[in-house]
Formats: sequence, structure tokens, C-alpha cells
Amino acid sequence: MSLDKDKNNARAYWKENVRIILTYLVIWFLASFGCGIIFVEPLNTVQFFGFKLGFWFAQQGSVYIFLILIVAYAISMNKLDEKYDVHE
Amino acid sequence: MSLDVLTYLFVGLSFALYIGIAVWSRAGSTKEFYVAGGGVSPMANGMATAADWMSAASFISLAGIVSFIGYTGSAYIMGWTGGYVLLALLLAPYLRKFGKFTVPDFVGDRYYSSTARTVAVICTIFISFTYVAGQMRGVGIVFSRFLHVSIDMGVVIGMIIVFFYAVLGGMKGITYTQVAQYCVLIFAYTVPAVFLTMQVTGHFLPQTGLGAAVDPAFNSTLGGKPVLEALDGLVEELGFTAYTTQGTDNLFNIFFFTVALMAGTAGLPHVIVRFFTVPRVKDARVSAGWALLFIAVLYTVVPSVAAIGRLNLINTVNGADGKGTLYAEMPAWFKNWENSGLIAWQDVNGDGKVQYANGSPFKGAKPEFDGDKRAEDGHRLVSNGLTGDEAKFDAAKQPFANEVYVDRDIMVLANPEVAQLPDWVIALVAAGAIAAALSTAAGLLLVISTSIAHDLFKKTLTPHMSEKNELLAARGAAVVAILVAGYFGLNPPGFVAQVVALAFGLAAASFFPAIVMGIFSTRMNKEGAISGMVVGLVVTACYITYFKFMGGTPAQYFMGLTPESFGTVGMILNFVVAFIVSSMTPPPPAEIQHVVEDIRIPRGAGAAHSH
Repeated sequence: MSLDKDKNNARAYWKENVRIILTYLVIWFLASFGCGIIFVEPLNTVQFFGFKLGFWFAQQGSVYIFLILIVAYAISMNKLDEKYDVHE
Repeated sequence: MSLDVLTYLFVGLSFALYIGIAVWSRAGSTKEFYVAGGGVSPMANGMATAADWMSAASFISLAGIVSFIGYTGSAYIMGWTGGYVLLALLLAPYLRKFGKFTVPDFVGDRYYSSTARTVAVICTIFISFTYVAGQMRGVGIVFSRFLHVSIDMGVVIGMIIVFFYAVLGGMKGITYTQVAQYCVLIFAYTVPAVFLTMQVTGHFLPQTGLGAAVDPAFNSTLGGKPVLEALDGLVEELGFTAYTTQGTDNLFNIFFFTVALMAGTAGLPHVIVRFFTVPRVKDARVSAGWALLFIAVLYTVVPSVAAIGRLNLINTVNGADGKGTLYAEMPAWFKNWENSGLIAWQDVNGDGKVQYANGSPFKGAKPEFDGDKRAEDGHRLVSNGLTGDEAKFDAAKQPFANEVYVDRDIMVLANPEVAQLPDWVIALVAAGAIAAALSTAAGLLLVISTSIAHDLFKKTLTPHMSEKNELLAARGAAVVAILVAGYFGLNPPGFVAQVVALAFGLAAASFFPAIVMGIFSTRMNKEGAISGMVVGLVVTACYITYFKFMGGTPAQYFMGLTPESFGTVGMILNFVVAFIVSSMTPPPPAEIQHVVEDIRIPRGAGAAHSH
């Protein structure tokens, strides 16, 4: 590959990576700050397996979602690395 | 076997294991000393990160804090786990690709400035010492409670153990020791939690047990109600705010506090440096996932220990009828912890019954015991005295005045006794608490010694130092760091708890923005980054100092933000100042922009290279 092509490839890879990061950060924000803090009071009117839903998000649910997000990011990035042929 | 013998046996065996691992994995080069040779598997690294991260505070104090502040405590649970998402998405893979040894390495090289490096070194050392002082004290306290040696003796024993494996093994020794320490501490935390949950709800898993119904055999009036509903009702009757909604009147502050904890977590040098130890960029991403998984095992149990522990405490003290219990009929654990000064009872209404409700049972925050003087029924006398207000409670809100002082730390430490578990579980908790404190202390000491030997001497003062001498300097710095940490453990400055807020605030306001901008903006230059860091640091430090040390009152809070939450404002200022200043100054040199483009691509990470 020529240098220019390499560079364009790297830029396209980075652009797609940033898009993935932003998508996951939106979910991260909604799960913790959204459901656990901002909307905690309306969500607390909903019962969820013996919990108030807002409280459950704040003390349990958000942690599970964080975990899923990191795993999902690792998987998406492995695919992206292959797609743009930048993996190790 | 008696409890003492069992405790000595468990703690002794765990120490032998740690030292054995340290001898087996001794570091032979600076690379092994700083980043374990860059060859640790992602899962082992994740486990070591978890042990490094979960300190005496997580193990002993967190559940107790949540237990008494209810929903408000969610900030700690979300903040100390959500930070790993930021690490995995925004920092870890790129810092691994950058492939140096320390955070000041990155800041100094990316911003082509020894000023930036020096600011980063000072922050690193300050943040790490703040932390480590608390850990050494934690080791001392656990020793004194469970092994009946003095706190000072406990600190000295802790210093000797850490000395062995941190100085000998460096990052390599520490990493494999932390894997063992994680296993000890997680087992020690979850076993009592499972038993406690079973006792109160008849349910096995603490995470779902928190949503289960109270077992009628535990309390016939509450039986059948979900735990949290029962607890809400119970604490409201006693004059407290409902557990699950406590603090919802200031969501704004909780929001800012959570941001500060998350960004602080992602910006703490001893956490970041962990991701330099894995072989590939890909492994850095996966490793953050493993770390959060191992951390989540403890953090999702915390809310159960907190809520069920509180329910159990109220049930035991106020009795099934909710009217209080005669002191003579109180269970043994209540008296044991009274003996060690973490529980106190002052019979405010003089009816001989112990009663727990909202309010302070005496003057001042902590009980001052009158030597070992006891009343006729055997309870320890408190010399704080009454202010006269104790008996004047709002009878419309609660049935009686509060008479009991309960130290928050007791929630985890007393659980095995409260749940009447066998002695070996109590011995296990002691070993677990010590493992939590030691693993964190060792990780921090390593960061301090690396900063001194590598960033300060090798990169700034004596650049021509040989590898052998640098390794020697690193070991020497570790010894000095242990001695200083030990000094703070023996003579704790009264402000340890306050400065921990400072450590998080400063990490959030300085490192986190500097590193994120260093990766995501090729245009960010040294002028922008340095002015951003300095403004963030100074504003945050001033705010915290004013309110924590100079007598600022809550009425003066900026937009109602507590000092703990203010790191978020410092962080925002850092970003804003950095962008404004960098847009008015020349862009960074072309080779720096190439470096930034290079760290964004995983290929070619190789081992963490030594320049």
C-alpha cells in the first residue's frame, strides 16, 4: 500500500472507532447518569423484582451494563481492527 | 481451635503465599520491575487490577457508608465501576500502544515538555501518598482488631510484608501476589454476605436476595415484604429518610460527585499503569473488562450487605416488637464491638433498654469512653455527656430518642458474628481485609518508586544512568516510600479521610483531561495542556482546601456542590482552558502529531519499550 492510502485507511479506521466510542458512551451515560440519577424518581415508581427500578439501576443495573459495554467494545474493536487490517 | 489461633493461621498462611510468589517472580530488569516485562495475560492483569483497586476502604468501609446513606451511596458504586468504561474506551488501548512505563512519561512526551512531565510527577506522587497513608493505617487497624497487637505493631508488620514483595518483585512480583490477594479478599467478602442474605431472606445470591422478601422466621411482622420495602418502612418509623430515596433532594450534587469519581478512577496513575503490563493493545481492552468483572463481583454484593446489614442491625437492637432490647439480652457481638469502641450505648431515657433511631446519642461525633468504667448492667460508660437535646426528639416522627452509636466500618467486620458464622469465616475476613489493604498499598508504592526512579532521575535529573543503577534506584525509592508511608501509618495526619477526596478530585481535574485530549486531539499543544492542568488543579485544590481545612460552611458551596464533587468543575475548566489556549498558540510539532496518529492504530505495539 502506498503511504497516502495507508493514511486514508488509518483516518477511516479512527473515524469509525470514534463513532463506536460515542455510541457506547451514550449508553454508558443513559444507564448511570440517566436511569440512576436524572430519572431516578420517575423510575422509582416502577417495581422491578422487588426493587424500585431507579434504585436498582443506581446500585446494580448500571454496573452490569458497564461490564457489557466493555466486552462489546472489545469485540467491536477486534472486528474493526481486522476490517481495516490494523490488528497485531 | 480458638478464633485467635485460626486467625493467626489464616493470616500467616496468606503471608507465606504472598512472599513465596514474590521470591518466585523476582524482577531482574527495569522493564520487569515497572511493567512486569509487558507479558501478563489479560485475565491475570484484570484480577491484579481488581485487587489493586479494591482497598481497605472498599473492603471495610464501602458497605458501611452505603448502609447509612442509602441511595446517596450509589455515587460510589457507579463512580468506582463506571470509571472503567472510560478507561477501556478512552485511555487504556492508546496508552498501551504508546508503550512507555508511566503516566508522566505519556504527559511529558506527548506534550514535548519537561514542565508538563514535572507537573505530572508531582501529581502522581501526591495522589499516591495520600492513598497509601490510609492503606497502612487500615492494615494496622485490622491487625489490632483481629490479632490483638497494637495498631503501631500492625503497621510495622504490614510494612515488612510489603517491603518483601514490592522491593524484590517490582510490578512482576506485585501482579502475581495481587492475583492471590484477589482470591483471598473476594472469598472473604462474599461468603459472609451469602450467609447473611440467606439468614434474612432465605435466598442464596446477595445480588438478587436484595430484591427478595424477608423471611417470616427472621421477623414475623416484616416477613413477606421485599427487603428494601421493609427497610424503607422501618427507617422511616425511626425518623430517618427512606433508604431507597435518601439524598434524591440533591441529585445535582450526586451527579457531579459521580462524574468526579468516574473521571478520577480513570485518571489514577496506579490504575492506568496496570494497562502497560499486557502484551497487546487488544489485551488492554479485554483486560479492562476482566478487571471490571472481578470488581463487580464485590461491588454488586455491597448494596446487599449494606441494606440487609442495616435491617439486621435495627431488628437486633430494637427487637421484633420495635421497642428496644434490655442490655443484658443483647447478643454477644454487640458487646464485643462495644468493647473495641465501635459501638456505644447511652441510656438517654433511662429505661435500661437499648433503642436505635435517628439522632445523636451524645455530644460530639464519636464516643469518648470513660476508661473501662461500666454501669451495673455491664455496658461501657460514655463521658461525652448529654447536650440535653437528645431527649427532645420529634415524637411525631420517631417513637424514642436514639441511644446507640454505631461505627460505619462495623457493617462488614461484624457481619460474620452477627450472622453467627463459624470462627473460620471470621478469620477469613481478617485475612481478606489485610489482603485488600496490602495489595493496594503495594501497587501505590510501586507507582511512587517508579515516578521517582524513572520520571525524576532517569528522565529529568540523571539521564545517563545505567539500567542496573536505575533498577537499584527504583528499589531504593520503594524502600523510602515504604518508610514514609509507614510513618504516616504510625502518625496518621488527622485529615486522611479528607485528602482522599482531594486525590480523586485532582486526578479528575488534571490527568484525565490531559490524557484524553492528548489522544483524541492532534491539535492540542503543550501550552493548552499545561494551562488546563494548572487551572484545573489549582481551582480544585483551593475549593477543597477552603471547605475542608479553612472552615468554609455548606451555605457557601458553589451551586450546592460539596468539595468531593468539585473535581468535576475542575475537569470542565481544564478542558475549556486547554481548548481556548491551544487555539491561540501554535500547533504541536509535526512529529508529535505523527505520534498521536500512530497510537491510534493498534499494529506495532510490541513490548513496552524502554526508549
